[in-house]
Amino acid sequence: MNQANPVDISAWQPGDDYTLRDEIAHINADLGLQEQQVQDQIETYWLEKSQLLCLMQLLKQQIPNGFDMCFDLFAVDERVRENKLTSQCGDFTLVYHLRSMQRNQDIRIKVALSEPDKSIDSVCGIWANANWYEREVWDMFGIRFSNHPHLARILMPPTWVGHPLLKDHPARATEMEPFTLSDKQQDIEQQALKFRPEDWGMKRQSADADFTFLNLGPNHPSVHGAFRIVLQMEGEEIVDCVPDIGYHHRGAEKMGERQSWHSYIPYTDRIDYLGGVMNNFPYVMAVEKLAGIEVPERAKVIRIMTAEMFRILSHLLFYGTFAQDVGALSPIFYMFIDREKLFAIIEAFTGARMHPSYFRIGGVAMDLPKGWDTLVREYVNYLPKRLDEYEKMVMQNRLLKARTVDVGAYTTEEAIEYGVTGPGLRATGYSWDLRKQRPYGGYDQFEFEVPIGHKGDSYDRCRVRVEEMRQSIRIIEQCLNNMPEGPYKAEHPQTTPPDKSRTMKDIDTLIPHFVNVSWGPVIPAGEVSVSVEATKGIMAYHLVSDGSTVSYRTRIRTPSFAHLQMLPLISKGQMVADLIATLGSIDYVMADVDR
Amino acid sequence: MGLIEPLFPFIEMTIIILALILIAAFLVWVERRMIGIWQDRLGPNRVGPGGVLQSIADLLKILGKDEFTPKFADRFTFLLAPFIGAITILMSFAVVPFSKTIGVSDLNIGLLFFLAMTSLAVYGVVLAGWASRNKYALLGGMRAAAQTISYEVFMGLSMMGVVLLAGSFSLRDIVEAQQQSWFITSQWLGCFVFLVAGIAESHRLPFDLPEAETELTAGFHTEYSGFKFALFFLGEYLGVTLISAMTVILFFGGYLPPGFLADTVLGEIPSMVWFTIKVLFFIMFFILLRTSLPRPRFDQLLAFGWKVMLPLSLINLLMTAILRLTGVLGGVHV
Repeated sequence: MNQANPVDISAWQPGDDYTLRDEIAHINADLGLQEQQVQDQIETYWLEKSQLLCLMQLLKQQIPNGFDMCFDLFAVDERVRENKLTSQCGDFTLVYHLRSMQRNQDIRIKVALSEPDKSIDSVCGIWANANWYEREVWDMFGIRFSNHPHLARILMPPTWVGHPLLKDHPARATEMEPFTLSDKQQDIEQQALKFRPEDWGMKRQSADADFTFLNLGPNHPSVHGAFRIVLQMEGEEIVDCVPDIGYHHRGAEKMGERQSWHSYIPYTDRIDYLGGVMNNFPYVMAVEKLAGIEVPERAKVIRIMTAEMFRILSHLLFYGTFAQDVGALSPIFYMFIDREKLFAIIEAFTGARMHPSYFRIGGVAMDLPKGWDTLVREYVNYLPKRLDEYEKMVMQNRLLKARTVDVGAYTTEEAIEYGVTGPGLRATGYSWDLRKQRPYGGYDQFEFEVPIGHKGDSYDRCRVRVEEMRQSIRIIEQCLNNMPEGPYKAEHPQTTPPDKSRTMKDIDTLIPHFVNVSWGPVIPAGEVSVSVEATKGIMAYHLVSDGSTVSYRTRIRTPSFAHLQMLPLISKGQMVADLIATLGSIDYVMADVDR
Repeated sequence: MGLIEPLFPFIEMTIIILALILIAAFLVWVERRMIGIWQDRLGPNRVGPGGVLQSIADLLKILGKDEFTPKFADRFTFLLAPFIGAITILMSFAVVPFSKTIGVSDLNIGLLFFLAMTSLAVYGVVLAGWASRNKYALLGGMRAAAQTISYEVFMGLSMMGVVLLAGSFSLRDIVEAQQQSWFITSQWLGCFVFLVAGIAESHRLPFDLPEAETELTAGFHTEYSGFKFALFFLGEYLGVTLISAMTVILFFGGYLPPGFLADTVLGEIPSMVWFTIKVLFFIMFFILLRTSLPRPRFDQLLAFGWKVMLPLSLINLLMTAILRLTGVLGGVHV
C-alpha cells in the first residue's frame, strides 16, 4: 500500500496510467485496499468490511467520473474451496462489480465475511439497483444486509428453508426427502403468496378513495412468462407496483457447480431462451480465458455471425410481441415467418433451432455446412425488404405511436442508476455498446453503427432494436464476404471435444483426449468475468475455477434482472394499458431474470 | 290454410332467428379463415370442406364444457348477463328489413328501437363484469359502460341526417327513400361516424377495450366458460352482422340494387341477395380492420369520441338540415 506518498491524480484524463488504488488513496488514504490479480484484468481489491460504505461512496461520488453503475453484486461460498488464491479469502466473499460508463472502466471490490458474522452494510442508498442484488445474496447465501429497505427472499418462495447456493445445500431432488404436499402445507404456501400491502409500506386507501390491488400475473398474456406484478391502482391509474420474480427460477447457477465445464454449455442456452448461442458466447469466452485458449479466426467469425443471427431472431420476436401488446395482431405472424427462415439456416449450421449449444470451449461444434453462403446471402437480401414493410405497418402507425411515444420513459441517469444496459440504455440517447466500447471475440474487425434513440420511451426502445437488426445484417454480410479459411476449433489440450486427428498416432495427444472426453477438461484455478452485448443488454459470466472439472462458482449477470427492477420507477402514474406497452418495450425473458 | 296463416309471422321469426344464429356461427369460421389467410397462415381448414364445419365442432366442444360458475360470483346476475347480451341484439333484428317482403316488423320507430336495444346490450357486458367479482372483469365492465355512453351519443346523432332525408324512423321507409340515390352520396360523414361508433358498440378491435386480452386477460368475460361464454361469442358476431346490416340499410340502399343496375338484368336478382352481398362486404371490412390496427388507450378512445366524432356528427346534422331546408337535398315527404 502506498498511502504514504499518494500520486497526484488531480488532472486525471481518460487513458492515464494510474491505478484506481492511486486515485482512491489520493482522496482517502485510510482505506486499506489489497490488490488481487485476476485473469480478466479488472482491477480487483479486497476491503475491510467496516470500510465498505466509505469506499463505495467515494467510488460513486468523490472520484472523478465515478462508478455510476452497480453492474453486479454476488457472493461466493468459499468454505470448501481448495485454491483460494489469496490469503484474504474468508468463509464467504461478497463481490461488488462496479462500472464507470464515462471511463469505460470496471472495478471489483471484494469483502470477506466469516461464517459466525454473515452480515454487512447495505449499499442500496448508493446504488438503487443494489436492492435486488442484495436480496438475491440474502436469498441464496443467508448473508444479511443491515439497513436494507426490504430484505426478503426474491427468487425462492418465502417458505423455503435454507439458502440454496450454500455448498451444504442439496443440489438435486434425489438428495432430499421425497416431496409431499399436505393440505396444511398447501394452505401455508397459498397464504405465503398473498400480497400484503403493508409489507411494502403501501397504504390501502388514500384520503378520498380505496386503492385496488391487482395481481398482474404470474399467468397473464402480457407479462411474457411467469412474472407477477402487484399493482396498486386508483381506477385504472397505477399508483405504485411491486414486481415479484422467481417463478422461473431453475437454479442455473447451482447447476453450474455440478456440470463439467463442457456439459454446462446447453444450460447456458436456456438462460435467455431467445438468445440461443448468444448465451454460449460469454461462457465459453470465460472458460477460454481461464484455460488460456486462443480461438482461431474462422471460429471467431462463425461465432459472431451466428450470434448476430440470434440477435435478429430475438429482436424480431420482440418486434412482433411489442406490436401485439399494443393490439396489432398481424405483424407477429409475418415476423414469425422471417424467424422460421432464419431458424432453417441455424438448423443447417447446427442441427438445432432455438437452443443449438453450438459454441464449444475453443471454437464451435462443427464447421459450416457446404453451401452455407448461399443460404445466408439469400436471407441477407430478403430481410431488409421485410423490415421496410414493417416500418410502415408498425413504426409509422399513428395509433401505435399514440400508445408508445412518451410512454414508460426514463433518462440516461436513471437507466445507469438501475443498471440498464443494451437497447434500453441506448434508447435514452447514450451510445454505449460493449461491442464498440470493449470489442470482444473479434468485433473490432467489423463495421457497424450503434443506433440510439433520444427520448428513452417505449417507442424509442423499439426503434433502436429495429435499427440494430439492420446493423446485424451488415455484420452478417461482412462475415459472409470475409469468412476466413482454417480450423473451426483451437488446437489446445483443453479444447472440448479435443482435436482427434492425431490421437491414434502419439500418446501425448491420446491421453489428454481420453481424459478430456471422459472427465471433461480440467480448467486451471482462477477467476474471470466476461461480458457480451447480448440481445437484451449486457450479459456476464463470472466463473471461479478451483482447478477441477467443474466450476466452483458460476455467476450469471443477466440484463433482464436489472431491467425489471426499475418497473416501479417508470410505471408510476401510468394506465394499465401503458404498463403493458412498457413491459413489451423492455423486452425481457423471465428465464433471463430468474436463471 | 286458414288455420296456419296466423302462424306465419311466428314461422318467419323462427326461421330468421335460426338463420341469424347460423350466420353468426358461420361468421366465426369466415373470420378465422380470412384472418388466417391475411396473416400468411392457414386458419381452420380441417373440419368439413375448407373447414366450414369448424364452428359446429367448436360449438359441440363448448357445450361439452363444464358449466362453471365461480363460488364468489353473484350467481343470478352472472347467469343473466350473457342472455341480455345475446337477446337484445337478436331483438334489434326485428326491425331490420331483409328484403322487399321479409322482415319481422315495420315498426314506425324502428331506428329508435334499434338504438334502445343496442343501449340495453351493454348491460350484458357491465353486469357480467360486475357479477364476476373479478378485478379484470370489473375493469372491462367499467370500460364498456364508459365507451358505450360516449359512443352511443353520436351514433344516434350520425343517423339523424338520414332521418331528415327520409322523413321517417321506419327502416323500410328509409330504404325505399333511397330509390333515386343512396344516402351515402350526401351522408358520407354520417356513415363514417356511424361505422366508427358501430365498431365501438360491438367491441371489436381496435375498440375492443372491454376485453383487451393483452391488458385485461379477457376483460368482462374472464370468468365465463361453456354455454354462457358461447352466448357472449354469439352476441359479438350478431353485433357485427347487425352493425353491417344497419350501415347497409341507412347508407347503402338496403336491399335495393344499385341505381344504375336497376333496369338491367342484374336488377332482377332477388332483393335478399343484394342485401346479403352488401352486408357481407361490411363484415369483411370489420374483419380486415381487426387484423390491421392496434388498439388505442382507453382515455384516447374517449377523447377521440368526444373531441372528434361528436363535433363531426353535429356538423353533419346541421349541414344536412340546412341543405334540406334550402331544398338542395330533396326528400320524399316534403
